[in-house]
Amino acid sequence: MRGDQGLLRARDVSSMRRAVWDQFHAFLRTREASIVIVAVVLVIYFEVTNSNFLTNANLQTLSQTIAAWTIIACGETMLLICGEIDLSVGQVFALAPFIMYFAHDAGIPLVLALLLALAASGVIGLINGTITVRLGVPSFVTTLGMFYLINGLTLTISHGSPVETPGSPEFAAVMGAEGYAEIAWAIAIVIVMHIVLRHTRWGLHTVATGGNLLGASEAGINTNRIKTGNFVLTSVLGGFTGILEAFRIGSTDPLAGGSNIMFLAVAAAVIGGTALAGGAGTIVGGFVGAIVLGVLRDGFTLEGINAFTFDLIIGAGILVTMLSNIHLGRLRQLGGRS
Amino acid sequence: MSGHPEALRAENIVKRFGQVTALEGVSISMRQGEILGILGDNGAGKSTLMKIITGFQPPTSGRLIIGGQEVALRSVDHARELGIECVYQDLALVGGLSIYHNLFLNREITYKGPFRLLNNEAMRQAAIERLGEIGVNIPSVDLEVERLSGGQRQAIAVARAVGGASRILLLDEPLAAMGAREAGAIIDLILRLKQRGDLAIAMIMHNYAQTLDIADRIILMQRGRITYEKESAATSVQELMDIVRREYRAMRAA
Repeated sequence: MRGDQGLLRARDVSSMRRAVWDQFHAFLRTREASIVIVAVVLVIYFEVTNSNFLTNANLQTLSQTIAAWTIIACGETMLLICGEIDLSVGQVFALAPFIMYFAHDAGIPLVLALLLALAASGVIGLINGTITVRLGVPSFVTTLGMFYLINGLTLTISHGSPVETPGSPEFAAVMGAEGYAEIAWAIAIVIVMHIVLRHTRWGLHTVATGGNLLGASEAGINTNRIKTGNFVLTSVLGGFTGILEAFRIGSTDPLAGGSNIMFLAVAAAVIGGTALAGGAGTIVGGFVGAIVLGVLRDGFTLEGINAFTFDLIIGAGILVTMLSNIHLGRLRQLGGRS
Repeated sequence: MSGHPEALRAENIVKRFGQVTALEGVSISMRQGEILGILGDNGAGKSTLMKIITGFQPPTSGRLIIGGQEVALRSVDHARELGIECVYQDLALVGGLSIYHNLFLNREITYKGPFRLLNNEAMRQAAIERLGEIGVNIPSVDLEVERLSGGQRQAIAVARAVGGASRILLLDEPLAAMGAREAGAIIDLILRLKQRGDLAIAMIMHNYAQTLDIADRIILMQRGRITYEKESAATSVQELMDIVRREYRAMRAA
């Protein structure tokens, strides 16, 4: 009797061990696996070489950098999956807090002014989407034009100078000024967008639109609606990120955002496994991609690497990460083929 | 074969694109539980005929009678409501999505509630059932379609088409670019669907021998007309070859 139980327990342990092993293997086959491993290795490396890396102060700074890229990457991921891209989102980032500022200045309550700024961002996305799908202009060109147009608009209405972000300290704290408030927003948005992409018809149709445009429309999916909706989404998220950053910094800068933040968000999405050609990608991957980029930049700064060589190393880092990611992805596909 | 009820009849269908006449008065009939093989060269009008029956394009003139009633198809969706399904050559599958998501593309099963989240479990089960019903063997419905072979993809596309209340199934080159074993599996699938008895099947084909094996009746289309129509049992590959050879020599002499 006792021996039987012992045997049973031993079998339980070994089957549990196998279950854990199976789970690990299943994890390795996911799109995000390789990039998660890269992120962990980078964190270990920087922690070993620099004792300041895993301190509260540094983690706060790091989380704020990552948060901004992550939120925009959520939008760009959806757009890339359905086969489009938005280059103008970094300028919407700069414009939205100014719309909020001027609306508030005109006597509108701050919360309404914020929502108005988000609505205006959405309208820009709607214009991007409409020009792209109705008039057949490639989104690369549409949003390149919009990039300069919005930049000019922001500089004109702001006269090129920064303003103080309105609102009480409490409101500002919730909207990003408090240490980890921004990353909390980012994680909440990641969760919602992950559910949208994986568990709603909208997400499924976004993948179908990017994976087989003609096939999706033959199946009766309104691909124009899907694309336009994701342009609106990206713009709103871009505007929201700009507002969060304006509250965090306390001042609203017409030169904030721009192409740099947009390219970093796209890089985060692509490093996270989203195909530039569309049809595949994950929100969580974009989040991990943003973490990798953030850790790289932050770690290099702590190491005291010269600002001139900084972009050089970031660029090489992106290339190496992407190469290994693509290579591992290919191995994974071969391994998983039945 | 004439004992089977008629599912669809096209009478004197004409289709012109500007100066070009693609169809010059084509009449066909499809019956339940019967397979019609449509043969003919490129540009003979086979695909145009198919697009008219699926509601993709309206005919210039002619009548369509479906289930005994004359209808003017307004759209692909309208034709689908009447039970007409088509498997195009491109199959309209999404490579990155799982088999069960492809089977339910744009007809997804969702949970009730404000967010209408996808009920993936229900779709998985229904997909397993549907594939089992028509005898398609796939290791797992979770596999992404891009990992399947050409024959398996064709089977998935056919399974999607015969899922709902379909009565008329059109297949555009179902055996194109397929090895012998793969083609064999698809032929088995088509014959099983025929066994159901309530489905009228038409397929555009290139290979005469395969067509004569599967189809109950064949029609040959040349330059927008039906030039030959016979029960498969009453004709042969040789006879069909002779007709086509005569045509091709006549065109060269002209």
